[in-house]
Amino acid sequence: MNIDQLAQISSYLVGSSFAVLSFAFVCHVAEWVTARKQTPVAVAVGGSESTEEVELAEELASTADRYSAVAVSLTVLGTGLLIAASVVRGLAAHRVPLGNMYEFGVTGTAIALTVYLILVWRSQIQWLGGLVLGVSLFVLGLSLSTYVPPAPLVPALNTFWKYIHVSSIMVAAGMFMVGAAASALYLIKVRAEERGTVGAVLSRFPSSAKMDRLAFQVNAIGFPLWTFGTLISGPIWAHYAWGRYWGWDPKEVWALITWIVYAGYLHARVTAGWKGRRAAIVALVGFATFIFSYYIVNLMASEFGIFSQHTYAK
Amino acid sequence: MSRSSTERATELSLVEMLRWGWRQLTSMRTALLLLLLLAVAAVPGSFIPQRGVDARAVQTYYVEHPKLAPVLEKIGGFSVFSSVWFSAIYLLLMVSLVGCILPRIRVYARALKARPPKAPRNFSRLPASAELETDKSVDEVLTAARRLVGRARTDVVIDGDVGELRAEKGYLREAGNLLFHTSIVFVLIGVAIGSLWGYRGTVIVVEGQGFANSLSQYDEFSSGTLFNPETDLSPWSLRLDDMSTKFYVKGSQRGAPREFKATGTFSEAGSAKDHDFKIRVNHPLSVGREQVFLVGQGYAPVIRVTDSSGEVVFDSAVPFLPADATYTSTGVVKVPDADGQQLGFQGFFLPTAFSASEDEASISVFPGALNPRIGMNLWVGDLGMDDGKSQSVYALNTDKMEVVKDGDKKFRVDLGPGQSQALPGGGKIEFVELKQFARLQIGHTPLVWLPLVAVTASILGLMGSLLVRPRRTWVRARRVGSRTVVEVAALDRVPRDDLPADLAELLDGLLAELGPDSYLKEDS
Repeated sequence: MNIDQLAQISSYLVGSSFAVLSFAFVCHVAEWVTARKQTPVAVAVGGSESTEEVELAEELASTADRYSAVAVSLTVLGTGLLIAASVVRGLAAHRVPLGNMYEFGVTGTAIALTVYLILVWRSQIQWLGGLVLGVSLFVLGLSLSTYVPPAPLVPALNTFWKYIHVSSIMVAAGMFMVGAAASALYLIKVRAEERGTVGAVLSRFPSSAKMDRLAFQVNAIGFPLWTFGTLISGPIWAHYAWGRYWGWDPKEVWALITWIVYAGYLHARVTAGWKGRRAAIVALVGFATFIFSYYIVNLMASEFGIFSQHTYAK
Repeated sequence: MSRSSTERATELSLVEMLRWGWRQLTSMRTALLLLLLLAVAAVPGSFIPQRGVDARAVQTYYVEHPKLAPVLEKIGGFSVFSSVWFSAIYLLLMVSLVGCILPRIRVYARALKARPPKAPRNFSRLPASAELETDKSVDEVLTAARRLVGRARTDVVIDGDVGELRAEKGYLREAGNLLFHTSIVFVLIGVAIGSLWGYRGTVIVVEGQGFANSLSQYDEFSSGTLFNPETDLSPWSLRLDDMSTKFYVKGSQRGAPREFKATGTFSEAGSAKDHDFKIRVNHPLSVGREQVFLVGQGYAPVIRVTDSSGEVVFDSAVPFLPADATYTSTGVVKVPDADGQQLGFQGFFLPTAFSASEDEASISVFPGALNPRIGMNLWVGDLGMDDGKSQSVYALNTDKMEVVKDGDKKFRVDLGPGQSQALPGGGKIEFVELKQFARLQIGHTPLVWLPLVAVTASILGLMGSLLVRPRRTWVRARRVGSRTVVEVAALDRVPRDDLPADLAELLDGLLAELGPDSYLKEDS
């Protein structure tokens, strides 16, 4: 098979993965819609409801559970397809598929979803599925808009530091993504808990305290990885490639901003008056700065006349 | 109120105010706000071109935003990261950080010597607790419990019929925390040393030419305020023999760079011996205290200008600076005296020139030199070289010059290698041969390893502070008649999910150790 055929297969795999992940997303939505049908009266078990109402509620709950299980299976399938797409792309280009924005997007989403699935397996966090898939589809969609055919690397990228640099950042980003989803749901749930309006959908999610803890745990793993990727391996590589370890390049500035915001988050969680809601907002801002540096900095050249040295092949 | 006491009161309030200010500055909340403020302050640095990063982009910005640029200049918009306000934020943050670390180190040193705290009176108020009963003695219970809590700092205190085990673990958490924050301070110190005593310069070296490491040889040079060019540049020299470039010729990446390699020789001061070097992207050359990086390359056609009497008035390789991915390059030739006239040539170099038709201007279609051509216009008049001001060799100031015409069109030089062309005023211009140049970046950053080591240490500290989870465990045993009532409780300073499971495990172990006549009390 030649390069073009392999690249074609990789593109088909990405397309199929996108479709399967979209179905998984739809299943999560169906899960919530089913849960919604349970009337709040029926949720409160042990009352004067008729047996039929209780049975109906139980049936709906088990249907919602089934939707959730199907969604997780589809996510496994979609992630597998995406990993295959990434591998085939690497075969086509004869290198690790991290050479341009398109490949970053495909491989990065595959890594992020793998991180999510490992956490589903270890800590049953499938309740985050809808949001995680939403963000993944968004990122994958962005990278589809930057498609380029496979090609060899430009000299500056031809070093093993690149793989260390990029892969640690991607795993960190996967952690941050899960953390951001948990923080977003936390904000919704904690509001409902305070107002006493936890409905059928929200009661399918864990308590706000548990969400807050999960967000902290994944961000606490992501942050050292991010530090390693942006402040150790990045500067080392920059030193060899560009003759300076830190040059206030827009991407470097935004990586530092992300670092600072997440450092702020870790501190906010133990600061009176900041823990809880404000800390969660800081975490969400942190993830937003990551998306910004990941995607928008590469578009800034045309918008602001500022050329990031990190803009390769797109 | 007597006079003296009033005085004392104001005096106190001044001290108190300072103390209050210090406490505010070093409080967690202020540190947090400063941290987030630093992130916000860094944002403009990514939207406005920075002089230290790309001076040319700043010039372009001035042209495009003539009204806004001077305002931005005033507030440090073009040098955000060295501006007063940015420095103020991070210096305050540094002070806050140090002011936070020092007392905590003292507290930690004391805590290291301290014993685990006493058991609280009421265990049922703690997040996890249980009660069991056994026929073993208080002493036996506590000895077994001590073995089971594992690696923790423990104290067993027995007072008559009652005894308690106090266990605490996770002391390394705070150590990690302190290591992280101390390391951050060292990162900043290392970066500061590197930028105060360090320097960086770039120079263009054409094949066959040399470079000696002294200030006057650099094209661009920037150094820290404490850098001394007389003593801090180590004396060495190099000679560039060959600049080799390879580009992809096929596929979608056609024209993308494949390999850049500069080869030649260098010699260090006091040594007559020449060493060969090979510099590639990502593979710098270390010489003296400096490192030499290959950061760019381009073409330098050798151009010869002869005047009407046949005398050579210009003969040199002229670096043309590449402006785009196909190496469309711009350059200037200044001839100060040709038949008593000053000549200036200004124009383009195209490595692979291609023109769709006769009347269309050529463009460069490939960065490799497959069909190199020079296209230039000619100016006569005052080059402005005599007024003593230094001027760029890459730009022609045409204020006092006039463009030379050929009929009603501009006179145009259009040459390939080996070709020559007659000039309107007599004499000729020749494109002798094509050479390449390497753009080298040379620099030295003292203690460059310090920030790296410090960041690495900070990660280790961070992992310690995030992964080590302190826990206090208490076991209280009380002899009641012939039985011993045992209360067990645990408290995490950072709430975790596994506390109940861990406590259950401890209880199981305890029951197994204490023998068959022991049981868990149901309602606890």
